[in-house]
Amino acid sequence: MGFIRGFAQFWYDFIIGDDWKIAAAVLTVLVVGGACVLAGVTGLWLAPVLAVGIALAFVAALLIDVRS
Amino acid sequence: MSIGTTGKDLTGWEDADVGSSADWGLAISVFVAAIVEMVEALTIVLAMGMTRSWRSTLVGVGVALVALAGFTAVTGYALATWLPRSALQLVIGTLILIFGLQWLRKAILRSSGRKAMHDEALIFEEQSAEARGAAKVTRFGLDWFSFVVSFKGVFLEGVEVVFIVITFGLNADNVPVAVLGAVAAIVLVLVAGVFVHAPLTRVPENTLKYGVGLLLATFGTFWAVEGLGALSAGHESLEWPGSDLTLLVILAGWLLLSRVLVSALRVPDDDPADDGLAAATIPAREEA
Repeated sequence: MGFIRGFAQFWYDFIIGDDWKIAAAVLTVLVVGGACVLAGVTGLWLAPVLAVGIALAFVAALLIDVRS
Repeated sequence: MSIGTTGKDLTGWEDADVGSSADWGLAISVFVAAIVEMVEALTIVLAMGMTRSWRSTLVGVGVALVALAGFTAVTGYALATWLPRSALQLVIGTLILIFGLQWLRKAILRSSGRKAMHDEALIFEEQSAEARGAAKVTRFGLDWFSFVVSFKGVFLEGVEVVFIVITFGLNADNVPVAVLGAVAAIVLVLVAGVFVHAPLTRVPENTLKYGVGLLLATFGTFWAVEGLGALSAGHESLEWPGSDLTLLVILAGWLLLSRVLVSALRVPDDDPADDGLAAATIPAREEA
């Protein structure tokens, strides 16, 4: 059990790192993008819009971090 | 710059002409990222070796390198063999994007004065003090504290390099060049460490990290979004307007955004109300 917990902790620390909000921001935008793709929305505009979404989500995560 | 493809690279030249041009870019990106991680590992190794036991420390380093080689082989094979191209882009793009934005976040907080600059000399002192205070436990003929700490230090810093090597290497369709970049960095840091015999405090780590963060965020954004095509009926990667040239636009966008954020979040030097803020937002070991 200790090994599993340690293993999980290692990957959490490695991927999520010091600030979980960054990972949450990225995943939120990608989930929205994934939903668009699943719904058949795959125009050439989708990729730039998602990139802007990632940037905005990053700014939001950073501002929450600073204000807290 | 698609996974598993050959043909034109970012410059539009054929691979046969300039494998060298794309290869140099790849090798330099991996080299800089690996330098940053290895300088941090070296500090830990030096602290353990100089205060506890060089033999146990070096055994820890050796075991970590063997573990890293195995991890690289297994992970690289699994990613390249089992995942379709677009899914691979999505998985590794997302990982690289999260890593890159974590680095960029720290760079922004440091540049704006809300987080202390990474200081290898200070970390060396902290590690050394911890090592001097740790109990002497011997296992398998080794000083266990220095073995474990050096193993963990090298392995943890190395895993990040491994991910960068694998992802950049697979995407550029040239893992050997990515490996070469990482190995060159390791050798350079090792040689410098042997000669200087102290933490490499003169390496401009904060600047390098900022640069690597921008690169990772750029490539991560590009690949993660492309990879969302894995969810489409045909599992084809999403298209970017302008194809690979969009990478330059994304890079410029992250650079501009980070500079704006640094300015907006900057803590005035003479504001007494902020005296405690920098310290309050700096967990002592939130360093990498």
